[in-house]
Amino acid sequence: MKNTKIEVKDLSLYYGEKQALKNISLEIPRNKVTALIGPSGCGKSTFLRCINRMNDLIPSVKITGEMLVEGIDIYDKNVDVVNIRKKIGMVFQKSNPFPKSIYENVAYGPKINGINNKTELDEIVETSLRQAAIWDELKDRLDDSAMGLSGGQQQRLCIARTLAVSPDIILMDEPASALDPISTSKIEELVHELKEQYTIIIVTHNMQQAARTSDYTAFFYLGELIELGKTNTIFTKPEQKQTEDYITGRFG
Amino acid sequence: MDKIIDKENPHFFSNTTNNADVKGKFFIGITQLAVVLIIAILFIILGIIVFEGREKFSWEFISSFPTDGMTKGGVLPAIIGTFILVVVMSIAAVPFGTITAIYLTEYAKENSKIAAAVRFSVRTLAVVPSIIFGLFGLGFFIQFLGTGLDETFNGGELHWGQPNILWASLTMSLLTLPVIIVSVEEALKTIPRELREASLALGATKWQTIKNIVLPGSISGIMTGTILAVSRGAGEVAPILFTGAAYYLATLPESLSDQFMNLGYHIYIMSTQSSDVEKTMPIQFATTLVLLILTLSLNLVAVIIRSRIRRKSK
Ligand SMILES: Nc1ncnc2c1ncn2[C@@H]1O[C@H](COP(=O)(O)OP(=O)(O)O)[C@@H](O)[C@H]1O
Ligand SMILES: [Mg+2]
Repeated sequence: MKNTKIEVKDLSLYYGEKQALKNISLEIPRNKVTALIGPSGCGKSTFLRCINRMNDLIPSVKITGEMLVEGIDIYDKNVDVVNIRKKIGMVFQKSNPFPKSIYENVAYGPKINGINNKTELDEIVETSLRQAAIWDELKDRLDDSAMGLSGGQQQRLCIARTLAVSPDIILMDEPASALDPISTSKIEELVHELKEQYTIIIVTHNMQQAARTSDYTAFFYLGELIELGKTNTIFTKPEQKQTEDYITGRFG
Repeated sequence: MDKIIDKENPHFFSNTTNNADVKGKFFIGITQLAVVLIIAILFIILGIIVFEGREKFSWEFISSFPTDGMTKGGVLPAIIGTFILVVVMSIAAVPFGTITAIYLTEYAKENSKIAAAVRFSVRTLAVVPSIIFGLFGLGFFIQFLGTGLDETFNGGELHWGQPNILWASLTMSLLTLPVIIVSVEEALKTIPRELREASLALGATKWQTIKNIVLPGSISGIMTGTILAVSRGAGEVAPILFTGAAYYLATLPESLSDQFMNLGYHIYIMSTQSSDVEKTMPIQFATTLVLLILTLSLNLVAVIIRSRIRRKSK
């Protein structure tokens, strides 16, 4: 399919003996926001971390099946995981800026990619911070430590840091779960603007957030994908009973 | 015996409590005594050293050479020798120890046999008596390495095959290696997983992550390890006995192949080999005072840095 960015085929993941993802097959469309919802512990984060191979870091993890990004299986032996992660950025649940200056946080990715020219770096830092809608707040204090920012600012800085590497796909794991309502709505606006250029996959336990921000929604339950469809459809007339029960708050 | 009497006693409940009470008080008394004793011993030692050493201890003492067959003058060459020793030791031990710690915490798999062997070796190294290091240094560095160097490059002429600063420092670095490895490991472990993941998720390699995120965050731990190693190295005598320390030198060492004087060794010499112990007694105490001030202040700095790291990692 032309508009498919990610195609997952029969993906299973085991933490040691314990199976956390069960035969997941789905397609994620390009330049759209796809929300992953489901009760806590159902495997949303685990699935998200499969997409940029973050689970490689956990020694006990075993994965079977295929994860095709632009038609290429990212778990293929010939694929370099470092390149995968440059193309597929990630924003974490708990904001995790480096204990460095704001500028250095954003410049970190480009520098790792060998960009050392000061003008070029300045430009990337400014563009990324503008894209993350935080340039005006921070432009006069780029040399201050990122640790002094508020939680919401830190999270948007982390988004800017991810954008600075110019990924195609951005994975977000409950990016607003630790933030106040105003910061949350800023992040949601941001997601809305970024989807023009990026394919975004966002995990959220907040149903309204999924409804507000996403074009597509996938419902996970006990390690299985129950249903994936247009957000509108999922929230109004889901095909599966389990989805409906969850959305109407009858469990989870 | 007590128990039998207790059983026959109609008030044995209250009686046993009394008994336990007495025992408890007795043990509390013993622990308190031990505490007082330890503090007293420390203060007596420090007190005697300060009291006996204060007379001789002066700027002049620190900044001049020994004179009159070491019965007068100062300890400048011993201070400088000790300084060079710990610097060369650190140059050898800190990178080596840091690399080992990085391997152990960052690269070794959880059930790696090699890592287990390294850990075992480090732990064993830490409990080997220091005189053994001295003998090892003599056998390995001087007789094997040094003599080998002389035979290969100097046509057998004696140059490296004898005690000198280099061999003494390397011997000392083996002794202090465990201190550095443990401190650095501890520091590396305080870098949160979230930060490592943030770096990796941006497409950094593992090594880039270690170099740019993990190591900069561990600098104070590496410094603590270095300072602890330095203070240990400054105080140990046995490892340098046969590997480089000299009884007396009229000039300061000029190269790594020279011998050197050392504070700890100087104290040993003064107290055992002096022609006139009466005369050198104040010098011994003052030298001890210098060494104590040096090692205690180094340890204090290490403790301060370490407590800062602990607070930061919370
Ligand atoms: N590192 C891990 N090791 C073992 N089990 C894990 C690990 N991470 C998550 N799990 C388990 O996998 C399941 C899915 O977890 P997760 O993906 O975090 O769920 P969610 O993000 O939907 O709350 C849970 O049962 C969880 O306990
Ligand atoms: Mg989660």
